[in-house]
Amino acid sequence: MSAAKGAPDLVLKATAITRRFGGLVAVNKVDFEIPRGMIAAIIGPNGAGKTTFFNVVAGIYAPTEGHIEINGKRLISPPTGASREPALLLVPLIPFIGLALYFLLVVGGLAGFYEGVLSVVLALLGFVSVLLLTIVRPLWYVRFIKRFGITRPARPNDMVEAGLARTFQNIRLYKSMTVLENILVGAHVHLRSGFLGTIFQTRRTRDEEASVERESRELLAFVGLAGTENEIATSLPYGKQRLLEIARALAGKPQLLLLDEPAAGMNPKETAEMTALIRRIRDEKNITILLIEHDMRVVMGISDRITVLDHGEKIAEGQPAEIRSNPKVIEAYLGRGAASGH
Amino acid sequence: MATATGTVRTERVRGQFFLPAVITGFLALMLGLLGFEQFLNAMTLGAIYALIALGYTMVYGIIELINFAHGDVFMVATFVSIAVSTTLLGQTGAVLDIPTLIISLIVLFTVTIVVMALVGALIERLAYRPLRNAPKLAPLITAIGVSFILQNIIQFFVGPYITNVPQLFSTQWAFTIGESRVPLLNLFVIGSALFLMVVLQLFISRTKTGRAMRTTAMDRDASSLMGVDINRTIMITFLIGSGLAGAAGVIHGLYYGNTTFTLGFQSGLKAFTAAVLGGIGNTAGAALGGFLIAFVEVGAAAFGFGRWGGAIVFSLLVVFLIFRPTGLLGSSTGDRA
Repeated sequence: MSAAKGAPDLVLKATAITRRFGGLVAVNKVDFEIPRGMIAAIIGPNGAGKTTFFNVVAGIYAPTEGHIEINGKRLISPPTGASREPALLLVPLIPFIGLALYFLLVVGGLAGFYEGVLSVVLALLGFVSVLLLTIVRPLWYVRFIKRFGITRPARPNDMVEAGLARTFQNIRLYKSMTVLENILVGAHVHLRSGFLGTIFQTRRTRDEEASVERESRELLAFVGLAGTENEIATSLPYGKQRLLEIARALAGKPQLLLLDEPAAGMNPKETAEMTALIRRIRDEKNITILLIEHDMRVVMGISDRITVLDHGEKIAEGQPAEIRSNPKVIEAYLGRGAASGH
Repeated sequence: MATATGTVRTERVRGQFFLPAVITGFLALMLGLLGFEQFLNAMTLGAIYALIALGYTMVYGIIELINFAHGDVFMVATFVSIAVSTTLLGQTGAVLDIPTLIISLIVLFTVTIVVMALVGALIERLAYRPLRNAPKLAPLITAIGVSFILQNIIQFFVGPYITNVPQLFSTQWAFTIGESRVPLLNLFVIGSALFLMVVLQLFISRTKTGRAMRTTAMDRDASSLMGVDINRTIMITFLIGSGLAGAAGVIHGLYYGNTTFTLGFQSGLKAFTAAVLGGIGNTAGAALGGFLIAFVEVGAAAFGFGRWGGAIVFSLLVVFLIFRPTGLLGSSTGDRA
């Protein structure tokens, strides 16, 4: 919000997002920006396209048109690069399969034991390297295939890596895992130690495990769940499960947090606590927040800026006071008569 | 709250000692009933079933697909192991010195496991991933199709005969314990299978990727929003499952000495039964189920009902499906909607 004019520090920039489902236009050419440090809300009547827009931002749906930047990094551009990652990626496998067969059947069959071992190992290396490339997809490999126009629409995990996290309207914790394990899953993108490190308990792995566990406990304390680490997630009461979901989202160290109806199904006391928590997340962790919420008291009380969607289009955007008195908004919610004062 | 936590803790403690106690008791009983040599046979057979069953159960756990092609992946593995060992040793058969044996085994296992892991991942990429969001019946029928494709490929290139597998282990290598003779081969088979299972358990329970596999099984969408790459996780599941089938293929070749292109059907069906008995989706359960089925079969043979082995195993499956459809251990992959 306080960034210099002309170059605002945008956490999210969505340009001309359109999403169609068959003939239905759920979201129609919506431009949307959030400066760093803002608490922004999206409201709208049922079926206005809020959740669809949310899902496009989170990468669950690819937009039919338009693109999204998170932290200045462009993530979705299907209209220009409109291609899925094709089976073309398997093409580099073919020479290696050929090589392996050649070694196995032609060279190996005629050679002695140690040449046999060598040829088999060589062919294997070819196999493994290509396999690792197509599965692990290191950055330089992705850049390389992009030269041939091979891109794929960003998926949710790409969004998470770019600095986004979200919670769900209906709680989706991992039911049979403990509270702590749920949070560890949230930290997935930041964990580096691999299989061998875990098996042999190298120093790096132990350090990482210790620091992640410490951070997780801090997060639990932050949302007010200290001391519940080893309980099974679903044994917590409803309100605390919602808090756990937020803690799990925070474990990914996001810069933008999407909250889908954070106060749904809460009593007034829990709602007040949730509102305070959302503020603290912004103030203390410096995380930008975008939320969808039906409870107008929450929306009006907490948001710096409110965007109103109706029939998939943005009809208003501004501070809570402006939105409250905007005739278009009143019309969208209450019908034409209410706005003109019949 | 406090009481709820208390119950959970006691249940966990009880679970910790209950299962090992039951397994130990069962093994002791079987040892007494069958005698040492039959016991060893059952353990070896069980190791093979368990390794295949793990592939079924992991794939089911993560994408709820009964991968009927998995038995045939195992069958192809036996042929890959033939190709590798003839490459290394020619058609000569038994290896006579220990260093050559060790190198051959390492190369044989590594190559077969890696090649089969690749075949499994390739099948997933080409046949199952395009149907990820299709109705569940579509990938199921595709799996049956893939099964036939694999069988026919082998039939075309190798022929419909029973093929001999080069034997790396000499039958002379054996220990004697009391009255009984313990071939080195059996010990190796059981040991390597148990080793792979332990490594798998560690991988699933302790590593980042293992955790991603468990969470993907529980809630795919939520996991992708935690930053888990779903496609990659599912592919790794296929890699591991098929790799284990590869190991089972090598072991089968070493132990039985022959293979044919229809091998996958019978073994696959038995291993699938093992996965269901153990609680499909549960890796520990699949391993237990594999050994249980092997003991039932070997037990039937030992008491003179050898021909009834299959019938008894599948009757057991029916009984389980009626009285305990979640299997021995239930599903550890969380509630499924």
